[in-house]
Amino acid sequence: MNIVVVVRQLADLVEELEVNAEGTDIDRDFVKFVANEWDEAALEEALCLKETVGGTVTVVALDEPDVDQTLWTAAAKGADRLVKLTGNDPDGWVRTRERAARVAAWLRDNQPDLVLTGVQAADDVDGQTAGVLAAMLGWPHAAVVVGVEPDGSQVTVTQELGGGTLAISTLRTPAVLGIQAARQAPRYAPISRIRQAQQSTPIEEVGVPEPEVGALATVRRLFPPPAKGGAQMLEGSAAEVAEQIVEILRSKGLVRA
Amino acid sequence: MAVAVLVVSERLVGEVPDVTFELLGKGKELATSLGGELGVAVIGSGVGELPFGAADVAYVVDDPVLSSYAPSVFERALRAVVEAASPSVVLMSTGTAGIDLAASLAASLGAPMASYAIDLATEGETIVATSQLYGGKLLAEVALEGRPAVVSVIPGSFPADAGRAGGAPRIEAVPVAGLGEAGAQGMSIREPEATGVDITASDLLVSVGRGIGSKENLELVQELADVLKVPLAASRPIIDQGWLPKPHQVGKSGKKVKPAVYLALGISGAPEHLEGMRSAGTIIACNTDPKAPIFEVAHYGTTVDLFDLVPELTERLGG
Repeated sequence: MNIVVVVRQLADLVEELEVNAEGTDIDRDFVKFVANEWDEAALEEALCLKETVGGTVTVVALDEPDVDQTLWTAAAKGADRLVKLTGNDPDGWVRTRERAARVAAWLRDNQPDLVLTGVQAADDVDGQTAGVLAAMLGWPHAAVVVGVEPDGSQVTVTQELGGGTLAISTLRTPAVLGIQAARQAPRYAPISRIRQAQQSTPIEEVGVPEPEVGALATVRRLFPPPAKGGAQMLEGSAAEVAEQIVEILRSKGLVRA
Repeated sequence: MAVAVLVVSERLVGEVPDVTFELLGKGKELATSLGGELGVAVIGSGVGELPFGAADVAYVVDDPVLSSYAPSVFERALRAVVEAASPSVVLMSTGTAGIDLAASLAASLGAPMASYAIDLATEGETIVATSQLYGGKLLAEVALEGRPAVVSVIPGSFPADAGRAGGAPRIEAVPVAGLGEAGAQGMSIREPEATGVDITASDLLVSVGRGIGSKENLELVQELADVLKVPLAASRPIIDQGWLPKPHQVGKSGKKVKPAVYLALGISGAPEHLEGMRSAGTIIACNTDPKAPIFEVAHYGTTVDLFDLVPELTERLGG
């Protein structure tokens, strides 16, 4: 089974995000870019599938900050082939419609059996990649996927829909799946293996021409949510804060102590 | 009168979820300002008896093929409804259909789309969505020109009551050919397994998030939960890492909880999590990042390190 995993870089949410001078995007100059965590789940599921049924795992990304590191890490974990699609603005906010159109152009020439990607990304305001890719390719799709079992020319998927309800369905391949969680936690690649991959696995660069994308959503303004006053902060040392929390629990009749 | 807004009713099993009524309530308001009617798309098998809330017209696709769920099959049915109703706006929730179908529907129609909306307004012909991005750290004001504007809305963004007020909508059956030929087939729907742990029944919950760092560290918070004799709850990353089983999860894809007190330890407060716990009576949050979104919904907060705080709590409550 030949599997393509579509991955992307994303601003590290652990860091503080500033809005740019125009007020329409994050200030990308001082942001650390990391792999989208759901894409890591998609890669893990792909590697598990390869280990179970055989085949290859190709990891595809657009040209984004520090993406080479993410691609080599994927190779260190067991991906066979790394592809970087160039032509997008590496320093801009690539919307899903454009991202999917670029990846779809490459997929049409590289007919895999299965495409996996993260179920969502923290900035995919104009829609999640899996569904848009599937629409562009005319392939069946499913999102919020937590289980994948290949079976000949079809794949059985388990989706986790609202409130933990599971829906099980079969899809004809090729299909596009938005992965919520892999069958196991994403594996870890030690630095030494990543360095090794850097030597042994080349990143193939493929230029993709500017795609035609339909009606886009225009982000007129990006801004931090207005503070609602929020929480009353408990001050003091850990012991003093603990004392205050115990007092709150006591006032609610939840502890006797 | 033309249909201005179409809401997708999102029931897979059991009752029609609250979010459908939330969308119907907001949809009614939008439809009025756009000078049109409110439609609801009801797609499934044997769905004729379901409530249609505030809708003026119900588009029903009722087919045995839809008795279980496959996204591409439902999408085909939904496209037929959108073509029949020709609305200006299509509303779904990020809970189910929005995350599964909205993006592909919009892309295949060549229509603009906004995800993760928490508010919606009209400016003349333009639909303006306010969307929550970057885990709730930033909001985006998104203008959608072009028709239909497809919007997926975060559950809990609007009150449900306005959408429940039922009228007597016109019913339009929408025939859809080739539902069995979408390249996909629903097999079964499984409701969450009932297990010994019921995090929805406790008056007090100790809940842990990514800040705990590792599976080994969970022991620390488990001890606190044990001395309080309450179940340990967790946010999505803990479950996805396999550190705790699914029944412990609070949030959109887990359980909705409403304890008297919710103690959130090392939880940043992503929208997915807030959806499951924001109605708790008193929320106490511990997170070293003073800007964590959890502090927006918490009643009490502290930026003390949970590794310092939790042993102090366990010691005081253990006696």
